[in-house]
Amino acid sequence: MSAFSPDEMMTVAAARLLWDGCVCFVGIGLPSAAANLARHTHAPGLVLVYESGTIGARPSVLPLSIGDGELAETATAVVPLPEIFAYWLQGGRIDVGFLGAAQIDRFGNLNSTVIGDYARPKTRLPGAGGAPEIATHAKQTFVVLKQSPRSFVPRLDFRTSMGFGDGGVGRARLRAPGQGPQAVITDCGLLKPEPATGELQLVARFENVEAEAARKATGWALKVADPVEVIAPPGEEELRVLRDLHERTRRAHRRPVPLPVGKGRP
Amino acid sequence: MPLVSLKEAIARHVRDGQTLALEGFTHLIPFAAGHEILRQGRRDLHLVRMTPDLVYDQLIGAGCARALTFSWGGNPGVGSLHRLRDAVENGWPAPLAVIEHSHAGMAAAYAAGASRLPFGLLRGYAGTDLPAVNDQIRGVTCPYTGELVATVPALRPDVTILHAQKADRQGNVLLRGIVGAQREAALAATTLLVTVEEVVDDLDAPMNAFVLPHWVVTCVSCVPGGAWPSYAHGYYARDNAFYQEWDGIARDRATFTAWIERHVLGTPDHAAFLRSLPSAPAGGDEP
Repeated sequence: MSAFSPDEMMTVAAARLLWDGCVCFVGIGLPSAAANLARHTHAPGLVLVYESGTIGARPSVLPLSIGDGELAETATAVVPLPEIFAYWLQGGRIDVGFLGAAQIDRFGNLNSTVIGDYARPKTRLPGAGGAPEIATHAKQTFVVLKQSPRSFVPRLDFRTSMGFGDGGVGRARLRAPGQGPQAVITDCGLLKPEPATGELQLVARFENVEAEAARKATGWALKVADPVEVIAPPGEEELRVLRDLHERTRRAHRRPVPLPVGKGRP
Repeated sequence: MPLVSLKEAIARHVRDGQTLALEGFTHLIPFAAGHEILRQGRRDLHLVRMTPDLVYDQLIGAGCARALTFSWGGNPGVGSLHRLRDAVENGWPAPLAVIEHSHAGMAAAYAAGASRLPFGLLRGYAGTDLPAVNDQIRGVTCPYTGELVATVPALRPDVTILHAQKADRQGNVLLRGIVGAQREAALAATTLLVTVEEVVDDLDAPMNAFVLPHWVVTCVSCVPGGAWPSYAHGYYARDNAFYQEWDGIARDRATFTAWIERHVLGTPDHAAFLRSLPSAPAGGDEP
């Protein structure tokens, strides 16, 4: 077995959660890598929806932006942006929404807006994008982020999107048709919400990470399932496909694009 | 619908203090128009855009903006917009008021503007802190079910500027590929300026194509390469390498200012701007 990085471990673990035929609303970065890995391995019928309006995109390399041309070229349909949010997301047609964030709290609420005070932020982050409504309307969401006391915080600096609010699954999600964050994939393992309270607990760990390390990387007293399962390490085939994908992507993004100087069409 | 130079279009239609939307979701971003606004030194603008992207990072860093309405302000796939961050975090070069939405909220606000409705409606913002920092996000009770539904006031830019693949000589405009919220932003505006890759005799638009008829278009300017470093589907690809390079240029005030002075303020128009870039075939002309 070849060695692998925490990013590869997370990507593979996230990919395994997706099933063939699943309609998945993906963001850029690790979620996009995980969804495309799943599509190239066990879930060839996975439907990728990017918020740029590309439905059923089948890119050969990972897009740098959410609206790279290849997404449109390989999509089943390209629809305007108000439509993707109104008819497709709010319309309840998304099985899984993938989200990342800078901070998460014990109830799976996310911050991608600011670190520090909103009016005078220490760090201004990009902001909400599609996240608040993905968190509400996708039938479930998967969250991917690395675990550290800075990202797993007792109290968010800003609540950009809702998980289970202040706790209590039913009450918190009264105004939300989706089931909320059902899986949080970190570099320690997999967290899932307790059915009654929505509080995240570590249900599985990576082979090389002890549960104690996950507790130390969490800014609140993390609950750990007993027994905690162990996630099988990335297999040869998963790593090969993922590394091929990243290598193709690196080559594609490095390739110089001729400047559009002179007369229009190439 | 007149066909005019971009210089003339901006001079005639864009004024200090206006609310301006340069739309385009990753694709067809009207960079050439943004640069011309910068060259003509417009100030005090309220910039509206779902994804500010590099074009607003440049306008904000150059001190053209007083306010920004947006829903996601990053460099896609790369990281921060450093000039936007510097304005919000440190008030450099000027304080910037931010009016912040989600994508779904802003799409609804544009659609309301295009429909001349007072507000847009969505099942949105549930359980978030956004309504606490943006008092434009409110709610209304559904008269049929009693459900509380989120509302956002209609967006009605003074001027919307788009980039498109082509226009015909009458001024009908065709866009294809990822079209974002361009149609809504176009029809929500009082004035609509469009730059295109080429002007043709016949648009050759398929039925149901995304066409803006000439009588909603204020004027068209032919600016080949006008969306670079974003892209124009069928003409040129997104320059992902430049988006990555921008991170280094914009991180530092001095580097940013030098880049703007050299490539935007130091060039008379977009063709000269493109020729001035280090990656140009001639290797970067002196202006």
